[in-house]
Amino acid sequence: MGTRFVRIALAGVMVLMTAGPAACGGDDDAGTSPGAGSSSAGVTGPVTVFAAASLTESFTRIGKDFEASYPGTKVTFNFAGSSALATQINQGAPADGFASAAPAPMKTVTDAGNAEGTPTTFVKNQLVIAVQEGNPKGVRTLADLTKPDVKVALCAEQVPCGAAAQKVLDTAGVKLMPVTLEPDVKSALAKVKLGEVDAALVYRTDAKAAASDVDAVEFPESANAINDYPIVVLKAAPNKAGAQAFVAYVQSGKGRAVLTEAGFQAP
Amino acid sequence: MGATDQRDAATRADLPAPPRRRAVGQRAPVALLVPAVLGLAFLVLPLAGLLIRAPWSTLPQRLAEPGVLTALRLSLQTATLATGLCLVLGVPLAWMLARADFRGRRLVRALVTVPLVLPPVVGGVALLLVFGRRGIVGEWLDATFGVTLPFTTAGVVLAEAFVAMPFLVIAVEGALRGADVRYEEAAATLGAGRWTTFTHVTLPLVAPGIAAGAVLCWARALGEFGATITFAGNFPGRTQTMPLAVYLALETDLQTAIVLSLVLLTVSVAILAGLRDKWLINS
Repeated sequence: MGTRFVRIALAGVMVLMTAGPAACGGDDDAGTSPGAGSSSAGVTGPVTVFAAASLTESFTRIGKDFEASYPGTKVTFNFAGSSALATQINQGAPADGFASAAPAPMKTVTDAGNAEGTPTTFVKNQLVIAVQEGNPKGVRTLADLTKPDVKVALCAEQVPCGAAAQKVLDTAGVKLMPVTLEPDVKSALAKVKLGEVDAALVYRTDAKAAASDVDAVEFPESANAINDYPIVVLKAAPNKAGAQAFVAYVQSGKGRAVLTEAGFQAP
Repeated sequence: MGATDQRDAATRADLPAPPRRRAVGQRAPVALLVPAVLGLAFLVLPLAGLLIRAPWSTLPQRLAEPGVLTALRLSLQTATLATGLCLVLGVPLAWMLARADFRGRRLVRALVTVPLVLPPVVGGVALLLVFGRRGIVGEWLDATFGVTLPFTTAGVVLAEAFVAMPFLVIAVEGALRGADVRYEEAAATLGAGRWTTFTHVTLPLVAPGIAAGAVLCWARALGEFGATITFAGNFPGRTQTMPLAVYLALETDLQTAIVLSLVLLTVSVAILAGLRDKWLINS
């Protein structure tokens, strides 16, 4: 009878799993059809944007504003480390637009001939030291991170925030022994939030988005590694008109206001 | 486990049991054959894809990179230690589930299988909340012994054991349930204590089941990614196992990621094949 119960439970789970996406799909259709045709220049339907993890909060907001300005559109984001996104795009992931946290991952996409036109830099970002609230270890400068009782998380060098961190440390001549090299900026920040490390080098915008859990310590050396964020429409975009409208919207006054508020600098 | 079941069936019969007929050499109906072939292709094609896209010409240089061997050694060490930990804790747990009679046994069994369905990343966060610097147990460990587990090799072992132990427990419990209790009863009537019975009768009886469980457990630990990167972080030589190295290589260099994956695949297939010859021939 135990196995019978398991079978019934499994059947139930499978029904739920198959019903879930179907229900969502239904909603999407209902949402897209009425606005179609009414908005400008055929901008409608789903728009899929691959964006750097550090853009999570601001792009989510911009996406909502965009949908309001272009009824009938539905913006979906894939937020991850820029390099991983570039790899996915170059392997044929169905994306309309790509916003990278650094020129290097964008270059792999343009080099592979997967970008439509030239990428434009839409914001700049720089590093701060994220520490636990109240800064219990008294971190004031970059050199403070080398103190033996300060545990530090950096991003891995393969991702933009890690490359920027390495550049900052190298030019400042600071030798640092991190306890971990995290795969993207959000996981580095999460280690600070959880209290597992005392400090992490993250983007100013990420520290700002997590202001309720962490404090940000600015340091002058971060000016040596300012990240340009390029954005581009992709050649294989299933919804090219939608992607072009979104890229333009990000650089419009409304988009820029959201990005500035998040702590990004104008290009 | 199949072998154990058959042996039981044979020994349980009072009269010399007729040898069980084996169903071999039947012709498969098309309705089974087609999905079976599709299923096989689905499992094998991605592996073939890895082999086809592998950069064979630059393979030696890429393998000689120092990071590769470091990650491989760490992976093999931690998976083996995690399996050891699972054996020490998991076999007694399986025995409790299969033999002991206590209230809430079903609940305990359900709890044991939770890590099977839990996304490993969530498992990693859960481990942090307990064994992290501010965790319930971790804070005490830090204050009393000055030991912190996150970002250490011990943390990797812990994360892998958490995810892999259910595989061992389920396999061993199944073997124990399939084993004939009368051997243990006979040992007891001959004056063997409960512990002696366990070590001299039960354990040898279910050894194939334990071996199969340990192999499953080891393989799961070797491939562990989510709980490891969340709980133990990523640092070459200390906590960067092969799956973590593959993930980070993927960020910048697909070819290196493929090479690393091939190494992991080759080593695990070789070890599993070796063990199979020794212990698992009949299963």
